[in-house]
Amino acid sequence: MVSVENLVVKYGERIAVSKVAFEVRDREIFGVLGPNGGGKSTLFRVLATMLAPAAGSARVAGFDVERQPQEVRRRIGVVFQSQSLDRKLTVEENLRSQGRLYGLSGPLLAARIEEVLEKFGLADRRSERIESLSGGLRRRVEIAKSLLHRPAVLLMDEPSTGLDPGARRDLWTYIEELRAAQGITVLLTTHILDEAERCDRLALMHRGALVACGAPAELKARIRGDVVVLTTADGESLRQRIESRMGVRAIPVNGALRVEIANGHRFITEVVEAFPGVIESVALHKPTLEDVFLNETGSGLGGA
Amino acid sequence: MHFWLAVGTLWRRDLVRFWREKARVLGYVGSPLVFWLLIGSGFGDLAFFFPGALVLTVMFSAAFSTMSLIEDRREGFLLSMLVSPAPRSSMVLGKILGSSTLAWIQGVVFLCFLPATGYWPGAAGILGAAAVIFLIAFTFTVLGFAIAWQMDSTQGFHAVMNLVLLPLWLVSGALFPIASAHGWVQWLMRLNPVTYTVAALRQSLERGAAAGVPPLSTSVLVTAAFAILLFAASTMFARRTSAGSFA
Repeated sequence: MVSVENLVVKYGERIAVSKVAFEVRDREIFGVLGPNGGGKSTLFRVLATMLAPAAGSARVAGFDVERQPQEVRRRIGVVFQSQSLDRKLTVEENLRSQGRLYGLSGPLLAARIEEVLEKFGLADRRSERIESLSGGLRRRVEIAKSLLHRPAVLLMDEPSTGLDPGARRDLWTYIEELRAAQGITVLLTTHILDEAERCDRLALMHRGALVACGAPAELKARIRGDVVVLTTADGESLRQRIESRMGVRAIPVNGALRVEIANGHRFITEVVEAFPGVIESVALHKPTLEDVFLNETGSGLGGA
Repeated sequence: MHFWLAVGTLWRRDLVRFWREKARVLGYVGSPLVFWLLIGSGFGDLAFFFPGALVLTVMFSAAFSTMSLIEDRREGFLLSMLVSPAPRSSMVLGKILGSSTLAWIQGVVFLCFLPATGYWPGAAGILGAAAVIFLIAFTFTVLGFAIAWQMDSTQGFHAVMNLVLLPLWLVSGALFPIASAHGWVQWLMRLNPVTYTVAALRQSLERGAAAGVPPLSTSVLVTAAFAILLFAASTMFARRTSAGSFA
């Protein structure tokens, strides 16, 4: 449904996306995970036909974004990170304008509007102006709007931005229902781990490059064993001592030390006994996507 | 079909939005009205200043209503237009027709004060004037559009538009006749496209009787040519746009 090959995107001289390649299968929910500034939004813009690649190619729903942008536009629904509604117009007026820009009119448009109003629980809000709606409701209108023309592929840039946890859960319910009911393929960008966990497959992006691609479970399985995080007053000296005395690699992350190791519980006992009084706290967890990211890039999702 | 559907949608949207912001209507018609009454009364000739004041209303409301393009970009609405399959030219035309219609309505409202000047060109003359007002509205909307497309702040747009529009209007024959202008200013007036705009309206209101002013046919032709030139430029800008400008 989406296929990206050796994609390079530049803003002037600066390379924003460098040689990225991946495939999104039919009916898949595909996530692009990475920190802000990692190149996800740039990639999104290329797929939404807003930005031309400097090299390589991207195909969406069977058409090339650069050579056949009109064909692509007819087949994609686009949900932007920022609001794209007309605040002075009502919910229904916004939907009607959108539908007409996609060539829908008359009874067909009216039926589609009813359908999305119903599906997104907006029927009783239809005559309210966008400026009077809450962030969560606006988001629902944005998504409803992007589905009027029944796109084959739904592109969403950071869809949970500004949503509270309840609204985020609802959003995912909609996404999954859509796939079940309409067989839609979804590509979304995110920097939120929970959201990434719910995708079928993920592409991890860092500094414009694709660092890993696969199902969340598959990616996490790349880390064998457990992750232990230690905090201490002098991280650098502890790191050197752990590495020299125990032969284990410890990576400083956000002022703490991070160790990937099999049988983490045994390592904890050893390390606490080896350096009595030095360690302030110890935590053990099963690998998360954040760990995968740290492993592949040496930095977290918090910053580039 | 799809082309006109998109044009109509954007046109209607501008009208609905305008209707919901009534303060704007008052501002754009009100201030030239005050101008006209003050300057006209000061010189003791309300009739002479009428066409100039009307052109001022229409040119400012036309040019400034294209400011909604900058708002559309800031509010993100432009984004959803640009990723839709509606042809680019339909977006340009829809926006321009919407803004010109608004300016035209304001011009026609101003025209209601015509009896105060003592002129009455007859029903045909009024229809002709209404047509000329639409041409003026269209021309300055296109000018505003071409500039708004390049700008990302409404303040900057205000500054640039005032810098462009006001001098053009001052030497257009709206304030003093070409014949009475001195030296180089007279040449400037002959070269100024707005001179022909004001002349077109003056001739249609005074039924071609105004002396020392370019004839109606020449005036309409020059104004139309100016509009076409600007329209071509705007469409070119809209095509050339890459995502960088709406980041």
